[in-house]
Amino acid sequence: MADFEAVIGLEIHVQLATKTKMFCSCELSFGAEPNIHTCPVCLGHPGTLPVSNEQAIRFGIETALALGCEIAPRSIFHRKNYFYPDLSKGYQISQYDIPLGSSGRLGEVRIHRAHLEEDAAKLSHLGESGRIDGSDASLVDFNRGGTPLIEIVTEPDIRDAAIAREWLQLLRSTLRQLGVSDCNMEEGSLRCDANISIRRRGEPELGVKTELKNMNSFRFIERGIEAEIARQIELVEAGGRVDQATMHFDPASGSLTVLRSKEFAHDYRYFPEPDLVPLAPSLELIAEIRAALPELPETRIERYIGELGIPGDAARVLGFDAAAAEFFEAALALGGASPSALSGWVTGELAAALREAGHAGVGDSALSSSGLAALAGLVEAKTINRRTGREILVRLVSQGGDPVAIVEAEGLGSVSDADALSEIVDRALAAQPKAADQVAAGNQKAVGPIVGFVMRETKGRADGPEVTRLIRAKLGLD
Amino acid sequence: MIDRDRVLQVARLARLRLDESSGEVEQMARELSGILDHVDAIGGLDLEGVEPTSHVVDLVNVLRVDRVGPSLRREAALAPAPDPAEGSFRVPSPQA
Repeated sequence: MADFEAVIGLEIHVQLATKTKMFCSCELSFGAEPNIHTCPVCLGHPGTLPVSNEQAIRFGIETALALGCEIAPRSIFHRKNYFYPDLSKGYQISQYDIPLGSSGRLGEVRIHRAHLEEDAAKLSHLGESGRIDGSDASLVDFNRGGTPLIEIVTEPDIRDAAIAREWLQLLRSTLRQLGVSDCNMEEGSLRCDANISIRRRGEPELGVKTELKNMNSFRFIERGIEAEIARQIELVEAGGRVDQATMHFDPASGSLTVLRSKEFAHDYRYFPEPDLVPLAPSLELIAEIRAALPELPETRIERYIGELGIPGDAARVLGFDAAAAEFFEAALALGGASPSALSGWVTGELAAALREAGHAGVGDSALSSSGLAALAGLVEAKTINRRTGREILVRLVSQGGDPVAIVEAEGLGSVSDADALSEIVDRALAAQPKAADQVAAGNQKAVGPIVGFVMRETKGRADGPEVTRLIRAKLGLD
Repeated sequence: MIDRDRVLQVARLARLRLDESSGEVEQMARELSGILDHVDAIGGLDLEGVEPTSHVVDLVNVLRVDRVGPSLRREAALAPAPDPAEGSFRVPSPQA
């Protein structure tokens, strides 16, 4: 079987979280009554003039800098001409030959360019099926028309679908950390297209690519890209060739369909937008924005692994979740528990407890950072065992409180008196002679009933590893 | 001189209907060629060291503060529309 590799590049459109549109002062909204946020500018009436939104430019520079791009000292807007009902003016104002940012990198993926443009209006297609084909009329809602967008185009550096999804998650958490967008894929504030081609491994030339449009969840992106790679490989192995096309992935059926192409779609006849003067951000402004950038997920993950010695998986979870990371660092700063232990609590037991309680984040819960620090410290010092720790954590999440006081008031401390524990283990071995024989004969799993006996006797407060150690010692195994 | 097919293609892209029987296509071909010849003449000049001019005014960074202003009432926005429906601009489906 021929050995193929996929070559994937992504184009991501991100709606910027400004208050108003890119070129007029209409309010941005999602889910509002149709056509209540429009004006002559965003409706494209003749004689109106666009004026760029300062905050959108600033968000654009922030994003480009966070992606390691060079900022163009002078960039201009172009008109991208095509006719479609979602485009009031007959052209979209976008950037063309000189984008705001270029030549960046995020993670392992190079960024080709990042440029500013305006979003189109929202089209709803009427008709029985609700699908675009076969409906004979459409409704246009211009509330969305003119929303500021940054389009981010990667180099074709991605080789499989899972990496595409992971990288997009890194991008999303980076943009959220910056606060430039809420990146809500369901509401369309982050939209992703993928350019996909295949080639035989070792082949330097790129194959013919297809474009997979508008996938609206991370899972669909991964599945859609997987399906398209499989389709292309099957086609080529059967002696066919890939044709340039725009594809749509239907997550319900898992099938891919070719979208009918817009006529002359690629003849956009760009020319400089005469109604907008060039953008020339000063070096001072760029330096000021660069200095104010927050720590970004990629840097945070590296710091957690490199400086704090946190395991990679936990570091990535914290890296992607700014709120969890902030809570973790607040708890860490109080001392009393190691970074590894604390990160384990935040990404493990705490994440599970929050999910169970239906909280979106730790901010919704009653738990304080000092509460978690104290709890992790109690467990690390073996004052209480991990199981008791988990139970207390669930209480702290719902009611808050001081774990040290809870442990004292309710006598939850581990049975750490060596003599007392030793005596209980003796009784356990006597009560479970069959299990004791099996353990002695080398069957590790048989230890369960003996440990269970000890836990019943101590009401779950014995330190598990210590109990196991005592059992093995008493059976002459160590 | 640009040819007839090119004129018709540009007209299609611009959604312009040219009357092919009245000589409009030929007239457009002549006029467009004149414009292109003029651009060619400029292209023949020695412009070494001259920056391309995308804008004739010497201004940069004309920006607007991100503050919400009034929008049109919906009835006013939809008033010029030939076929409004459900608070929206109803149009023939672009894919039908």
